[in-house]
Amino acid sequence: MRLALMADIHANREAFEACLADAAARRAERLVFLGDYVNYGADPDWVVSTIMDRVAKGVGVALQGNHDAAVGGRTPTMDSSVESGLEWTRNQLGPEQRAFLAALPLTIEEGDCLFVHSDAAAPARWTYVTDAADAARSLKATRRRVTFCGHVHRPTVYNMSETLKLITFRPVPGVAIPLLPQRRWLAVMGSVGQPRDGNPAACWALVDTARAEITYHRVPYEVEEAAKKIRRAALPEMYAERLTWGQ
Amino acid sequence: MNVRIRVQKGAVIDGFVVGDLLHTGGMATLRRVERPGISMELLMKVPALLEGEDPAAIVGFEMEQMILPRLSGIHVPKFVASGDFAVQPYIVMERIDGKTLLTRLDDLPLPYAEVARIGMKVAAALRDLHHQNVVHLDIKPSNIIMRETGEAALVDFGLAHHDQLPDLMGEEFRVPYGTAPYMAPEQILGNRTDPRSDIFALGVLIYFFSTGVRPFGDPKGARALKKRIWWDPVPPRRLKDDYPPWLQEVVLRCLEVDPLRRYPTAAHLAFDLAHPDQVKLTARSEKLERDPWSARIRRRFNPEVRPTALREIAPLKADTPIVMAAVDLDGDEELLEALRVTVRRLIEIVPGARFAILNVLKQRRIGIDTTLDEAGRNKHVERLVELKHWARPLAIGETRLTFHVLEARDPAEAILEYVEANHVDHVVIGARTDSLRRSILGSVSAEIASKADCSVTVVRPPRRPEPPASAMDGPDPF
Repeated sequence: MRLALMADIHANREAFEACLADAAARRAERLVFLGDYVNYGADPDWVVSTIMDRVAKGVGVALQGNHDAAVGGRTPTMDSSVESGLEWTRNQLGPEQRAFLAALPLTIEEGDCLFVHSDAAAPARWTYVTDAADAARSLKATRRRVTFCGHVHRPTVYNMSETLKLITFRPVPGVAIPLLPQRRWLAVMGSVGQPRDGNPAACWALVDTARAEITYHRVPYEVEEAAKKIRRAALPEMYAERLTWGQ
Repeated sequence: MNVRIRVQKGAVIDGFVVGDLLHTGGMATLRRVERPGISMELLMKVPALLEGEDPAAIVGFEMEQMILPRLSGIHVPKFVASGDFAVQPYIVMERIDGKTLLTRLDDLPLPYAEVARIGMKVAAALRDLHHQNVVHLDIKPSNIIMRETGEAALVDFGLAHHDQLPDLMGEEFRVPYGTAPYMAPEQILGNRTDPRSDIFALGVLIYFFSTGVRPFGDPKGARALKKRIWWDPVPPRRLKDDYPPWLQEVVLRCLEVDPLRRYPTAAHLAFDLAHPDQVKLTARSEKLERDPWSARIRRRFNPEVRPTALREIAPLKADTPIVMAAVDLDGDEELLEALRVTVRRLIEIVPGARFAILNVLKQRRIGIDTTLDEAGRNKHVERLVELKHWARPLAIGETRLTFHVLEARDPAEAILEYVEANHVDHVVIGARTDSLRRSILGSVSAEIASKADCSVTVVRPPRRPEPPASAMDGPDPF
């Protein structure tokens, strides 16, 4: 099975469309959305509708991210810079969409894989997995061999040997990484709609479960168009600006 | 459930019929295997997993499991299949027909020409490997197999580093792994990312094979191992009176402590081994003594004189191509100048490049041509002089420049052969401007551009303005 993993789309239609097209071209058979579909970007309606459509058709599954929980009605704390856009986003979505976001699961387990938006040790706390210690904590919290998460917006692959040594690796786009069976792995996705690793191209990952490989892909998209829409919606300028730099 | 199949003769694992035991080592055992439908000779490598075995055996096996399937070409064994730890870990690969260089140890020292030939083959294999983003990090005689067809094949990627994959070995073990006599200084200090570490190891091998003595002995323990960071080896000429200065130049350059002072790529090393007469001799070639004790002390205790790459360990992907300029000395002056301008730009843009300036001395018919012209001068030497004259305005350091005159009936064929044999990365060649000659003789540059397996720049002289139309030309149709 070839899974396309997409995280942190953040209402960026241009980036999301580019990734969906790339995933189709690379013969992905199923979509896994790892949360944070809304906020920052100008197209929450289109993005959420598209995800609902894929889920309804049975070609995709979706997890809940902290932004989805906030928009959907749960009340996690959001800092003020996000809060200002939150109300705008909420108004763009219909009750059905908000209910969809509110009802999304925090984790999905399938075979030897765990899918989660943030730290598997406490999925509802939205802790960032940013270093080896975080990764070790997350890996120890699950019995699944491979964990996939988002939330951080910087692609990183961790693996842990039987002796509990943790190895951190920055994946090279387009190069398949074998998820060696005798190790445990934690793959942190890059962001589709708001990359923060200095590369403005949208990021998604292809997992080939038969070959036990993950390949990160970077897809160029119309950054200017996405930024223009953010400005037109009078959302904070920073949301538009950072798309250009991927920061 | 952990069911380990006993790997013994006659057992069948995933369709592979286990045959004779070929080798038992500390890290793994090797057995001959067969599988219906595969005609290639096969080998099964099974890691040593028993209690008390070296833990590096497992990680090394994982590394090889990751790296080998991603490699291709004549210089590595072909990957066939692998099995994981859930049932029985193994890797099945091509069994290379040939002997390892370990079998030559009783014959050392070997004749210089033979050492150079072996060194060249191994350098070509390293070039191929490094181009596939892999540093071997355990180059030594037992890991090099000379194929029956002549090429060197590298085996055992258990210590290797892949630039685009997680490095399990580097992070798992704080102690650097390697083979003591062959390990490069930066590798001893924990850097596993520099392809020039393999060049150092090959330098050790060349030194050993040409003198019969290992340049750093076979040290035991970390302290003894680190000595090579400040102690230079005994110059080979000290050990053997007839040791060629060019070979000492090559060997000592490979063995430089600072990777920056070694050959930048294996292709550059192969180039020198293939052209002994073109090796630029420096003070290295003349050394008869090791560095004085004062130099050693300075290197030992003053971090400031520590080699660059040891101070700031960073993977350096140097831009160091081999560029070949094919100069047609019979071409017109404008074209020769245009060619020079293009080469000069490359010299400026790519400071790490080395340039081979080449001319083909055309032989018309086999057997009749003599290399002496009517005046009795040697054409070959004359061409060399002319080539050097052509290159003089480039004002490029001698160490970056070599000159070659090939004698051949078909210039394009000779150039293409040269490109392949010397791992040339970029050819610069002039286009024949005279359309009549081009249509009769064919275009050498076009043939090179279409057939060479590297980048080709075809140079033309600047456009001349169209001559003014005269009344004789008739009316303008527009």
